[in-house]
Amino acid sequence: MKVLAAMSGGVDSAVAAARAVAAGHDVTGVHLALSPSPASFREGARGCCSLEDSRDARRAADVLGIPFYVWDVAERFGRDVVDDFVAEYAAGRTPNPCVRCNERIKFSAVLDRAVALGFDTVCTGHYARLVDGRLHRAIDPGKDQSYVLGVLRPDQLERAMFPLGDSRKDDVRAEAAGLGLGVAAKPDSHDICFIPHGDTRDWLRERLGEQPGDIVDTSGAVVGAHDGAYAFTVGQRRGLGLSVPAPGGAPRYVLGISPVSRTITVGALDELDVSELVATNPVWCGPMPALPFTGSAQLRAHGEVHACTADVVDGDLMVTFADQPRGIAPGQTVVLYDDDMVVGSATISSTR
Amino acid sequence: MAYLDHAATTPMLPEAAEAMAALLTQPGNASSLHAAGRRARRVVEESRETIAAALGARPSEVIFTSGGTESDNLAIKGLFWARHRSDPRRRRLLLSAVEHHAVLDSALWLTEHDAATITWLPVDEGGRLTPEALRAAIDENPDDVAMVSVMWANNEVGTVQPIEALARVAHDYGVPIHTDAVQAVGQLPVDFAASGVDAMTATGHKFGGPLGAGVLLLGRDVGCTPVLHGGGQERDVRSGTLDVAAIAGLAVAAEVAVKEQPARADRVRALRDDLVAGVQVSVPDALFNGVPVADAAGRLPGNAHFSFPGCEGDALLMLLDARGIECSTGSACSAGVARPSHVLLAMGHDEERARGSLRFSLGHTSTATDVDALISAIVPTVERARSAATALR
Repeated sequence: MKVLAAMSGGVDSAVAAARAVAAGHDVTGVHLALSPSPASFREGARGCCSLEDSRDARRAADVLGIPFYVWDVAERFGRDVVDDFVAEYAAGRTPNPCVRCNERIKFSAVLDRAVALGFDTVCTGHYARLVDGRLHRAIDPGKDQSYVLGVLRPDQLERAMFPLGDSRKDDVRAEAAGLGLGVAAKPDSHDICFIPHGDTRDWLRERLGEQPGDIVDTSGAVVGAHDGAYAFTVGQRRGLGLSVPAPGGAPRYVLGISPVSRTITVGALDELDVSELVATNPVWCGPMPALPFTGSAQLRAHGEVHACTADVVDGDLMVTFADQPRGIAPGQTVVLYDDDMVVGSATISSTR
Repeated sequence: MAYLDHAATTPMLPEAAEAMAALLTQPGNASSLHAAGRRARRVVEESRETIAAALGARPSEVIFTSGGTESDNLAIKGLFWARHRSDPRRRRLLLSAVEHHAVLDSALWLTEHDAATITWLPVDEGGRLTPEALRAAIDENPDDVAMVSVMWANNEVGTVQPIEALARVAHDYGVPIHTDAVQAVGQLPVDFAASGVDAMTATGHKFGGPLGAGVLLLGRDVGCTPVLHGGGQERDVRSGTLDVAAIAGLAVAAEVAVKEQPARADRVRALRDDLVAGVQVSVPDALFNGVPVADAAGRLPGNAHFSFPGCEGDALLMLLDARGIECSTGSACSAGVARPSHVLLAMGHDEERARGSLRFSLGHTSTATDVDALISAIVPTVERARSAATALR
């Protein structure tokens, strides 16, 4: 097969490309330039689109003996991921940009271009398994990335290749070292790649400006002030800066965000408990399951798994939990699993 | 493999490689006083004489540098500093809008870190600057002009500038003029003295010499403030231990390239004309950029430059590369984030046309087989690139 290997400059995508080569495929490496003005060097472990990362990817491709190019996807990434991220926070939701990037960039814009240019498959370093065309969790539970891939439709998964799903991270690093790849010991990237300093609140303030408002408790009494509702996420405890202590001194958490009235509502931990959620735009990673679906749900990357039943009502996904998951933020993705198999996903709009 | 990227770098001539190899293991710093030093110095000075003869300069006008970028930096900054120091009113750099980045960025640096301002000299749709346009720009205020820089031939679209006429205009006002002749040497007749310019950049690896060796030809009475300071080896204008072997290779390449230039240009031009005709028959809507090939003196003989409507240049390049055909996109590239070529924009073309462009450049090793390989690959390549063009938008 003709394989397009997306190479971020990290160890995972380099080993994924190496495995595609070893499997006998005709592999071409591509680094996706996501920023219109890439920084020269990485800042710590964050980011994946500096010139240094691009050079690391090129070196890995050289070692593997495959052609290598850089694709400029900055315009699409800016519009479909970064602008969306800002707009979601401005609307009081908590987006997951990695999910959006997989949905709209890697397995949409890049995949479409790859197919048009004659490639059969896009190969990435995601830790996930494809079993008979169905998306499954990786065997390394600490690295499993099936959650951020839960937005992919069957036609996208059909063109995807995830060679690392059967491996543990340590083994991937050892394999990279054995292949002579210089990125073998490179730190894992984490956080949000387009916020290189890692301070999301500060980054949002630069773009959205100060929007002061009140922090209130569930009775409506003002207990503090803030300078931007976008800086908060449901379930957040730290950094609230409340001026009025709670009765009994119990810690308080963000329960809700109202961007129009610029109000943050806080309350006790048990008020974060949720028994149902509504999520929009359901996507099925295979055939739509028999409804109501009984299985499990994951509500954030590397989050806990909750037993649930799910149904579709008026086009939205309704999920009911057996236990009471806590602190579910609208904007995040709910991914449904049947044991280790990803069934589908939707974007959380409200909880009860 | 069909290598159609000689404007990026062209393979070394065997004679130049031999001359260089013979010297690489020899001891001797050309500045040393002992016998080994004198032997090295002799090679350097004989090479200087050879290069001077090949390019129409006096030996004392040849300053060895590390290549085109250094020569351009030295010419722009050195001439600006010398002229500005002798009369602080002289701040204005007059540059054609299609210069190489080694000139552009040196000049921009002077605007950011020094007193310089830039007047961009417009070009026509073929990429050519007229002497009238230069005269008009100087006439805005002849007293504040520090220098003029106009390339001999453009690296992207191959347009040849009327350098002698431009030099006459500059000298009417007593203003020095530099030309970046990196693409011209070996492709066109180049005579420093006859051109009338005050400074000229050339580099070895574009005409069959080694990488990392070039010259700035600098008139003897042209003031030039050094950029590199140290031992003052080259006329106190350029410091650094001379690379004797590379200089010997550079001299051999210059001699051979200039001697063979007329015959080679005819041969390469015929191949280039076949390439252009073949692409135009295969892809009728391809747009040819620059001066028409019929104007044989107006365009580098080895250069062909096309825009393929509806295609992205990087997709075309990748698809051709996969078929063993090597060329360049028409856009400058920083970590793969392509910016539309400033050359095509200056010629009045839009971003679409700039983005979808490819440069094919032929040289001394090019054959009809290379041209045929491109012609047979171009149709499926353009069709495929066209179908992929909108995915990333």
